[in-house]
Amino acid sequence: MKSTLKLTLGLTSAMFASTAVSNVAHAEDLTLCWAAWDPANALVELSKDFTKETGIGMKFEFVPWTNYADRFLNELNSKGKLCDLIIGDSQWIGGSAENGHYVKLNDFFDKEKISMDDFVPATVVGYSEWPKNSPNYWALPAMGDVVGWTYRKDWFSKPELQKEFKEKYGWDLAAPTTFDQLKQIAEFFQKREIDGKTVYGASIYTERGSEGITMGAMDVLYSFGFKYENPEKPYEMDGFVNSEKSVKGLEFYKALYDCCTPPGASNSYMGEGVDAFKSGQVAMHMNFAFTWPGLQKDENVGGDKIGYFANPKGPDGDQFAQLGGQGISVVSYSDKQDAALKYIKWFANKDVQAKWWSLGGYSCLNAVVNDPGFPASQPYAQTFLDSMAIVKDFWAEPSYAPLLQASQKRFHDYVVAGQGSAKDALDGLVKDWTEVFQDDGKM
Amino acid sequence: MTEAGLTMLNRTADSVARATPERLARKVRGISDKGLAWLFISPTILLLLAINIFPLFWAIYLSFTNYRANRPNEVVRNVGLANYKRILGDQDIWIAMQTTAHFVFWTILLQTLIGFTLAWLIDRKFRGHAFWTTIILVPMMLSPAVVGNFWRFLYEPQIGLFAYAISFVSGIPATQIGMLSNVSLAPWSIVIVDTWMWTPYVMLICLAGLRSIPEYIYEAAEVDRASNWRQFWSITLPMALPFIMLAVLFRGIENFKMFDMVNLLTGGGPGSTTEVASITLKRQAFESWRTGYSSAFAIILFVAVFGLANIYVKALNKVKQR
Repeated sequence: MKSTLKLTLGLTSAMFASTAVSNVAHAEDLTLCWAAWDPANALVELSKDFTKETGIGMKFEFVPWTNYADRFLNELNSKGKLCDLIIGDSQWIGGSAENGHYVKLNDFFDKEKISMDDFVPATVVGYSEWPKNSPNYWALPAMGDVVGWTYRKDWFSKPELQKEFKEKYGWDLAAPTTFDQLKQIAEFFQKREIDGKTVYGASIYTERGSEGITMGAMDVLYSFGFKYENPEKPYEMDGFVNSEKSVKGLEFYKALYDCCTPPGASNSYMGEGVDAFKSGQVAMHMNFAFTWPGLQKDENVGGDKIGYFANPKGPDGDQFAQLGGQGISVVSYSDKQDAALKYIKWFANKDVQAKWWSLGGYSCLNAVVNDPGFPASQPYAQTFLDSMAIVKDFWAEPSYAPLLQASQKRFHDYVVAGQGSAKDALDGLVKDWTEVFQDDGKM
Repeated sequence: MTEAGLTMLNRTADSVARATPERLARKVRGISDKGLAWLFISPTILLLLAINIFPLFWAIYLSFTNYRANRPNEVVRNVGLANYKRILGDQDIWIAMQTTAHFVFWTILLQTLIGFTLAWLIDRKFRGHAFWTTIILVPMMLSPAVVGNFWRFLYEPQIGLFAYAISFVSGIPATQIGMLSNVSLAPWSIVIVDTWMWTPYVMLICLAGLRSIPEYIYEAAEVDRASNWRQFWSITLPMALPFIMLAVLFRGIENFKMFDMVNLLTGGGPGSTTEVASITLKRQAFESWRTGYSSAFAIILFVAVFGLANIYVKALNKVKQR
């Protein structure tokens, strides 16, 4: 009886002890918040090394893109402690910096000798700085991303199609370098029978609810000459947003939507685009670069069947692409800021960044992307580099959300619903954006 | 209750009373019946105050300010009636209200007509009517999220059964039937889904109305040799009217604030053609973060629904009194 009692007491003590130990270990667990997508899975894999090195456990809170902004902006606005680290969208940087959601990282970078000169300049401006082009850093560039295009290399290389295309348009069927060429190719493939199946020209962004159509239309507008504001006079938008060139750009986007997209593609964004390409519906596909590793591996459309090209040039030879991607920030409401900063320090390391790229993340570190072996490391690596060199981003002002909502409405009303003209849409956009900046006291 | 049962109950009550601590017992003894009633309902009242009344008054307060929930550090200013003036002068808001009115009108009309017809047929009590009643009720039992996603696939121009069926009947290629992408068809696509889902609800209420009509009235009409048509217009419809009106009231209030189905099917698009008031409100409140402005809009919507519902209830009472 005595021995049984001893055994019971012993087991109970052991149980208590193990619970206590595990509680101690979990006390330092960090929670990282991000969108639920392929790179997030790569980050989970990568972060295992961090846990191994430091003993700090990692927990992840991933939310689908459609709810990503709503969910995490609510969390930040309510000063929630759920996230210790957050990989927030590039447009959030202004609001998050001004509202005190993110920890300013300048002192930490100085102390740890992390230099922003070591990162691709566009990503530093896009993901880290607020105000833009000032040395005030709120995030470490984490996931480089940009809108580019994939195309069906196998269809493009069919001799009969090449012959027919050359006869019709007078140039060789290949990845387009201008938007005019892109439209010709899209028209050529629209409703064509290939391998016994009707296919369509291109999948482009048309989504209404979050940011889809803005990301897509801007991708074209930039290269046609659209500017957000007078470079000499900030927030002066009339004549820039609604310039003749911008109008032409928006008309082109509508023409592309009308002529060359699959039926019913009126609310299409990243997921729908990937589906359209993977199911062999479209010859070309506009999407963020993060989708490329997954498509490359796809059995039906990947491997030798897929090709990549950067956003083409506009009528005047200008070439820009919509920036995507995010920086990683420490949430100012977190009780574990020291551990979170440790993670940032670890993540900035060159070897970690190299592994990040190899796992499917897009590193923004110069040492990784400027490595001589980088362009050949993946079939899409060169296109990624070319695209990152021509990026432009949407407003990153604290009022980015109403600015985005206005463009979503104006673009969708014109491009998809066919209401009014491109000029009306852009004039309306100037009016809406002016109101937002006036409300903010910036005009 | 038997005598033995009563004795047992008294004994239990006695033992509970004896077990009550003296201090508490003294306090309870001092409370009147009215006080005790208040004591019992006070948790519910407090809960209602906390989750209904307080937010309402808070929203009213916010509607007179420039408050933005995403700018916690910004000074909150009183802007008077500026938000209300802006909303009432905003063309987009009026378009959203028109879209809502269009949606409410057509869904109610279709649901009432089909729902009442179905109820009338089910009330015939034909063989297997119970089975068909159950089948008809199925859509109502599904979650709106499921229904929204399910119909989105059905409406797909390339793989959707709906487009295929229309194509089969009309000869128009299925790929040209963009129920969710066509500006003219998109509003109807939502009306169709809402009607499919909620007609059974209207049917149930109408069926209750039809079943409440006493049989002897029809027997008297038979004696008077009233035709079926005459019986329908003079007995069935007038006596079921309060129930039909009740169904219209419930559906009207529900559809005025419709959000989930529209959000899932079209997200307000294409363009803004299906952007009902609740979608606009959500965008202003949780995407643009114009909390003061959206609070004012919510109050306007509340007053509109409340006012219309009151007028309607008065009309309903008049019909009942007839």
